Amino acid sequence: MSDSYRGPLPKPTPETAPYWEALRRHELRVQRCDDCGEAFFYPRNVCPACLSDRLTWVPASGRGRLHSFTIVHAGIATPPLPLPYVVAIVELDEGPRLMSNLVGVDPDPEALSCDMPVEIEFADVTDEVTLPRFRPVGEC
Amino acid sequence: MGRVALREGRGTVAIVGAAESDRVGKLPDKSALMLHAEGARNALDDAGLSVKDVDAVLATGRRAANEVPEYLGIRPRYIDNTSMGGCSFIAHLQHAMAVINAGIAEVVLITHGESGRSRVGMDPYVPARQSPMGQFEMPFGVGGPATRYTFAATRHMHEYGTTKDQMAEVAVATRKWASLNPRAAQRDAITIEDVKASRLIAWPFNLLDCCLVTDGGGGLVVTSSERARDLKRKPVYVLGTGEATHHNLISQMPRFHVWDAAVQAGKSAWEMSGASHTDIDLAMFYDAFTIVPILALEALGFCGPGEGGAFVEGQRTAPGGDFPMNTNGGGLSYTHSGMYGMFMLVEAVKQLRGECGERQVTGAATAICHGTGGMLSASATAILSTER
Repeated sequence: MSDSYRGPLPKPTPETAPYWEALRRHELRVQRCDDCGEAFFYPRNVCPACLSDRLTWVPASGRGRLHSFTIVHAGIATPPLPLPYVVAIVELDEGPRLMSNLVGVDPDPEALSCDMPVEIEFADVTDEVTLPRFRPVGEC
Repeated sequence: MGRVALREGRGTVAIVGAAESDRVGKLPDKSALMLHAEGARNALDDAGLSVKDVDAVLATGRRAANEVPEYLGIRPRYIDNTSMGGCSFIAHLQHAMAVINAGIAEVVLITHGESGRSRVGMDPYVPARQSPMGQFEMPFGVGGPATRYTFAATRHMHEYGTTKDQMAEVAVATRKWASLNPRAAQRDAITIEDVKASRLIAWPFNLLDCCLVTDGGGGLVVTSSERARDLKRKPVYVLGTGEATHHNLISQMPRFHVWDAAVQAGKSAWEMSGASHTDIDLAMFYDAFTIVPILALEALGFCGPGEGGAFVEGQRTAPGGDFPMNTNGGGLSYTHSGMYGMFMLVEAVKQLRGECGERQVTGAATAICHGTGGMLSASATAILSTER
């Protein structure tokens, strides 16, 4: 657990609680629709492709690609990481995209490129909350 | 609703009054509601109508549906506070067309008032921790739009080779227009190098890639084209409108390098208007960040996918260029209260009425306004003309 985390904390809702509970166990899960097969994120009680409520939580590999990114230098009241840091849109191998931070890499556009492979790192920022972060594959 | 019905809206309503608050900029002496009221009063004065003529009020904001009519002493029979972000007022034009043509209201007042900089009489903007944004974006250190619009720019650069120099062209050209507008907040000439040397906010955006944060307000009065003929101002007819929303969270944007919501809104407006790109004399394209007009040029078909960066090269959108864009100086250099769309519409109306002095686009008869709302979430388009 990090004592240094000062960023905003999420507060789960009934339909998102299983996602956050899985992260605390260092598991990344997404939902898949039993009717149309769509895998999606963020958690919902209906499939955003067909509105079915027959949904199953499935484990995600934690691997994906850096779909897009920014390097934040200023203007954040309570940054979750020391400035400057990378905010990433990660496209999971399972299909859905999510926002995260990219760590283990210089916060420099020269060191980053869209579609570079990334993998998950679980950040226990408080006793209750684990955030998904990503790092380039092959780095440590 | 099909194509035939869309066509029937063309030219049925007109903007007959358009005005801004007395001043725009840094206004610690004005509350948001005072700016609504100034916009409303000035627009009604411009139209030569009384507040008693108004039977519909459209305004944005959480309580605006009740609060704005109360403040102005209006008891409307149609109320609309569609709040999809900065482009809301462009969407309100479409809603005005619908209710006027349905016979629900005859004189529609659209108002805007926002103390975006001084924050006088404004609600705090903090997403709830339980909201999707509070759970799935805020913990990763995104702030306002300046950090979130970046994702579209980064992916556009990756897909198409769009450059920071091309984005800077937009800021430089827009500043030239602002230099011709005595009300503009920033009027000193800048260069591409100045843009790239300004403080980094969130790569790929430097400070001068980002819009201003100011205070201001405005108002529009819309009525049927029949009634417009009897009023004091030259009517500005609404030829075509469109609106769309495709996501709320930027992380849910279907394609980051293509603004699909703008494609949808634009298609509706083009279809209803029957206008073509060569008819357009003036473009007001919401410039929250320099990438946004580039995305709009592509989405609305002024160039092909990925060609927006090249389109704006060589100061083509500046005074003297062949594509006048954001002639008030834009959100980048004129004013940007937070929901800037009202100012785009007022500028378009004034240009079409030939009231813009030094920055007047000679012979401007047809204009297109296109805005973004939220985090490239929503889009709205309006095509306006002096001729039906």
